[in-house]
Amino acid sequence: MSSTTSVPDGPGSTELTGLAASELAAKIAAGEVSAVEVTRAHLDRIEAIEPAVHAFLHVDREAALDAARRADEQRANGTPASPLAGVPLALKDVLTTTDMPTTCGSRMLEGWTPPYDSTVAARLRDAGVVVLGKTNMDEFAMGSSTENSAFGPTRNPWDTDRIPGGSGGGSSAALAAFEAPLAIGTDTGGSIRQPAAVTGTVGVKPTYGGVSRYGLVAFSSSLDQAGPCGRTVLDAAMLHEVIAGHDPMDSTSVNAPVPKVTAAAREGADGDLRGVRVGVVREFGGEGYQQGVRDSFRTAVDTLTSLGAEVVEVSCPHFEYALGAYYLIAPSECSSNLARFDAMRYGLRVGDDGTRSTEEVMSLTREQGFGPEVKRRIMLGTYALSSGYYDAYYGQAQKVRTLITRDFEAAFGQVDVLVSPTTPTTAFRIGERVDDPMAMYRADLCTIPSNLAGNAAMSVPSGLSAEDGMPVGLQIMAPAMADDRLYRVGAAYEAARDAASEVSLLDRVPRLEVA
Amino acid sequence: MTAVAEIMDYDEVLRRFDPVLGLEVHVELSTATKMFCGCANEFGAEPNTRVCPVCLGMPGALPVVNGSAVESAIRIGLALDCQVAEWCRFARKNYFYPDMPKNFQTSQYDEPIVFDGGLDVVLDDGETFRVGIERAHMEEDTGKSSHVGGASGRIHGAEHSLLDYNRAGVPLIEIVTKPITGAGERAPEIARAYVTALRDLLRSMGVSDVRMDQGSLRCDANVSLTPKGESGFGTRTETKNVNSFRSIERAVRFEMRRQASLLENGSEIVQETRHFDESTGETSSGRRKEEAEDYRYFPEPDLVPIAPSREWVEQLRGTLPEMPWERRRRVQEQWGLSDEELRDLVNASALDLVAATVDAGASPSEARSWWVAYLSQRANERGVELAELSVTPAQVARVIELVGEGKLTHKLARQVIDGVLEDRGEPDEVIAADGIEVVSDDSSLQAAVDEALAAQPDAAEKIRGGKVQAAGAIVGAVMKATQGQADAKRVRELVLAACGQQ
Repeated sequence: MSSTTSVPDGPGSTELTGLAASELAAKIAAGEVSAVEVTRAHLDRIEAIEPAVHAFLHVDREAALDAARRADEQRANGTPASPLAGVPLALKDVLTTTDMPTTCGSRMLEGWTPPYDSTVAARLRDAGVVVLGKTNMDEFAMGSSTENSAFGPTRNPWDTDRIPGGSGGGSSAALAAFEAPLAIGTDTGGSIRQPAAVTGTVGVKPTYGGVSRYGLVAFSSSLDQAGPCGRTVLDAAMLHEVIAGHDPMDSTSVNAPVPKVTAAAREGADGDLRGVRVGVVREFGGEGYQQGVRDSFRTAVDTLTSLGAEVVEVSCPHFEYALGAYYLIAPSECSSNLARFDAMRYGLRVGDDGTRSTEEVMSLTREQGFGPEVKRRIMLGTYALSSGYYDAYYGQAQKVRTLITRDFEAAFGQVDVLVSPTTPTTAFRIGERVDDPMAMYRADLCTIPSNLAGNAAMSVPSGLSAEDGMPVGLQIMAPAMADDRLYRVGAAYEAARDAASEVSLLDRVPRLEVA
Repeated sequence: MTAVAEIMDYDEVLRRFDPVLGLEVHVELSTATKMFCGCANEFGAEPNTRVCPVCLGMPGALPVVNGSAVESAIRIGLALDCQVAEWCRFARKNYFYPDMPKNFQTSQYDEPIVFDGGLDVVLDDGETFRVGIERAHMEEDTGKSSHVGGASGRIHGAEHSLLDYNRAGVPLIEIVTKPITGAGERAPEIARAYVTALRDLLRSMGVSDVRMDQGSLRCDANVSLTPKGESGFGTRTETKNVNSFRSIERAVRFEMRRQASLLENGSEIVQETRHFDESTGETSSGRRKEEAEDYRYFPEPDLVPIAPSREWVEQLRGTLPEMPWERRRRVQEQWGLSDEELRDLVNASALDLVAATVDAGASPSEARSWWVAYLSQRANERGVELAELSVTPAQVARVIELVGEGKLTHKLARQVIDGVLEDRGEPDEVIAADGIEVVSDDSSLQAAVDEALAAQPDAAEKIRGGKVQAAGAIVGAVMKATQGQADAKRVRELVLAACGQQ
C-alpha cells in the first residue's frame, strides 16, 4: 500500500458516487447503469476512504451486491420494487437487521445479530434499496458528535479534525463523503438534523409516528423517530415515502396516509413560495449563536422572502425550557429502556465464571458494557423517576412538554412553517466538548422542541460559515403530519441556494487524503 | 423464628386486636395470545417455545395491546361492580429480575382500567360479607425461574437457575381489595371465601382457568393488626403466592397470631414479604419491603392510552353471564333446596357439577347426593378438587339412570363409579368388564334365601311370627352371599314370602 493515496472527490471525479439518489434511480430504471455497477462504485469508494472517515461499523460487500443483483433482475423482469430500486443506502446501526450485526455503537451489543428485521429495514429491502452497511453512531444514540461510539469517532468529510454531528454522524458523514447517496438516521433530540447541518446534507425528522419504530433500539421511546437523509431534498423525499406509513407492530405509529412529500419536493423545486407563511422563531438565532450561523440564517430568511414567502417573526416563549425538559424526559425513558441489557438473553456477558451471582454478572456487564455518557443518562433518569423526585423532575418536564406543544400550536395557527438555525454552531473539533456535557447538549438547542412536540422538522444546507468554512443548516419545522410542507419549502430554498452559487454546495467538500 | 408453641392463642389475639386484611389476586387470562404479542398463551409447553422478540424484550421490539385482554379486564370489572375508566394508560414498573425480559413490567399504576367495586361473599354459615374492590388493572406476567441445586427450589443456595419465558407476557389482571376491616374472628374465613367466590365468578365468565395449582390464580394476603380501641392500620406483612384456598385461611390466621405475639412483646412488625409453608402452616420472612422497592413508575411511552367508549362498556355488560349469586338463588328455587342444602352444595364446589349432571338427565336430589356425599369424599381422599376427579357429570348421570332402571344397586353403582375414577372407561364398560349385574334370577336367589333362613333359625322363626323387621338380618346375609349383586328389594320379598308373610 502506498504511503499516501489521494482519493478524488465529488461528482466530477467518480461519476456514479457523485450522483443524487434520484438521478441514480432514473439511470438504473432506464437501464443506463446497473444496480450492481452503482453498488460496486460505492463499495469501492467506501473501501478507499473509510480509514479517513470511519462512517461505517459494518459493510457487507457480498450481501450488498446480492441485493443489487436482485434489483437488476427485477428491473429486467419489468417488476422493479420501487422508484428507488437498486439505489445504495447506509443504515444507522440502531435499526435491527437479520443479516448484519446491530450494535448501537455499544460494546453491550458488539457482534449481536438480531433475530428480526426492523420495519424500516424490511421496507427498504422490499423497495429494492441496497443496504451497504451499518453506520457509526454515539452509543445508543446518546450524543451530538459520534465521539461516544464504543468503536471510535467518525470524522467530518469537510474537515476530518471535526465531528460529523451526532448521534447519526456515520450516516451524515457517509453522505458527505459520497460513500452512499442515501442514509437512514434516527432523531431523538436532533440526531438526524444536527449531523445533516454540520455536514452540509439534508436530514428529516418526520412527524412522530410517521415512520415505524419497530426494531429501532429505543433510547427515548416518546421522542425517537427514524427518518430519511440525503444530499438533496428530493432524495430525502423519495426515501421518506419508502419507509413511512402505518405499522401495526408499533402502537404509536400514525394510521393515516403518508404526506405526499415527493410531489411537494418537486413542486418546491420550481422556487415559488408565494402564499407560504414562514415564521422566524424569535427565541432562536440570537446571542450565543456563532456569527457565521447567524449570518447564514439571515441570508436564508432573505432568500425565502425573495421566493415569495410571507415571513413573520413568531414567539415560542417556552422553547428556552426545552433543553432542560429534554434532559429529564429522555434520560428517564432511557434508564428504563436500557434496563434490558442485563447479560441474560443477548449481547455482552461479563464475569460469568461460576463464582458470581446473577446480580454480580448483571452489574459487571453493565459496568463494562456501557460507556460514560450512557451511564450518566441512566443515572440522571433513574434519579428523575425516583419516588420523591418524580413530580419535581419528570412530572415538571412533562408539563414543559405540554407548553412547548402549545407554543407550536399557537405558532402554526399563524404560519405554515417555522424556521431557525439547525444548530448554534458549525461542527466543532473532535475532543473539544467531550469533557463538557452541557456544551455538548447545547448542540441540540434548536432541534429538541420538535421532538418534544412530535411535529416534523428538516435541516437543509444553508451555505458555509464565513469564519471556518464549515456547513450551516437551516431548520424548517411543520405541524404533525404536514411533512410535505418541509419538502416544498426545503426544495425551493435548495434550488435558490444552488442558483446563487457557482458550484453546488457538496462539490466544495475537500479531497480526502488517505494514509 | 417464632415457634408455634410461643405464639398467641387465636382467641387471645381477637380479644386484643382487630385484624385488617388486603387481598391481591393475580389472575392469568385465558386469551389465545399474550398481552402484547402474538405468541400463544398456553400452560405447559416446552420451555422457551412460546416466545418472540416482543415477549423476550429484544432491543427494538415494541408491545401492541391484546384487545381481548382489555375486554376481559372490563368484563371482570363490571362483574365486580366497578367503574370503568374513561381513559387510562399503561405504566412501567421498573425493577431488575432475570425472569423479567425488559427489567420492567408493563403494568398500570395510578390509572387502572376499572376501580371502586365490591364482591358479596357467602360465608360458611350462609351470611354474606361484602368485600370492597379498590381496583383491577392489566399487566403482563413474568417468565419463570427454576432454581437448581438449592433447597426447595428457592433461589437461596441454588447452584444455577433455568429461565423459561413462555409465561413472560401472559396477560394478568391484578384485583386489589379495599382494606377489609370489621371481620374480627372471621378474617381468615373471609379471606378464603373471597378468593373462592372470585374464582367461581371468573370461572363462570370463562376469562381464566383460575387454577391455583397451576398459578393461573395467585393470592397475596396483606395482614395487619390494630389494637382494640385504636384507629388506623398497623404495619402490614404480605404473604405471597399462597396456593390453595385452605392455605389462604391458614396463612391469615397464622399471621394474625404471629403479629399479635410480637406486638404483645413490644416488638415491631417488619414490613416485608413472607412465604407460607404448607407443611408447617407457618409464614417465614422473605425480602424486606423497604429495600429498593422504588419501582419508578412512569407512563408507558410505547403504548397509547386506552379510552373505552361507553357504548362498548355497555355492550360488554350485556355479555356477562349469570353471576354465581344469581345462579345460586335460581338453583335453590328450581331444585327446592333449603339454605343449608344450598350451602353444602356451594361449599363442596359442586354446583356446576350437579347442574351439569341434572342437564344430563339426572334428578337434582340424586345428582346432589352423589357429588356432595360420595364423590366429595373420594376427592378428599385423593386431595384433589371435586372437579378434578376423572368422572364426568354425564357418567354420573348414566349411573343414576341405571340405578333408576333397577340395573344397579347403590352399592354396585359405587363400584361402577370407582371403576370410572380409576380411568377404566365409561360406566357401561366398567359394568361389562367386571360382569356387574343385579342378580334378579329368583331361582338362584331362592337358594340363597333358603340357605340364610336355615343358618339363622331364630330370625326365621321371628319372621314367621310376624316380626317382619327381623327380615333385615336375612336380607343382609343374602346380600353378603351374593356379593352385593342381588336386588335387595327382591331379596326382601323372597324372604317374607318364604316365611309366609306375603
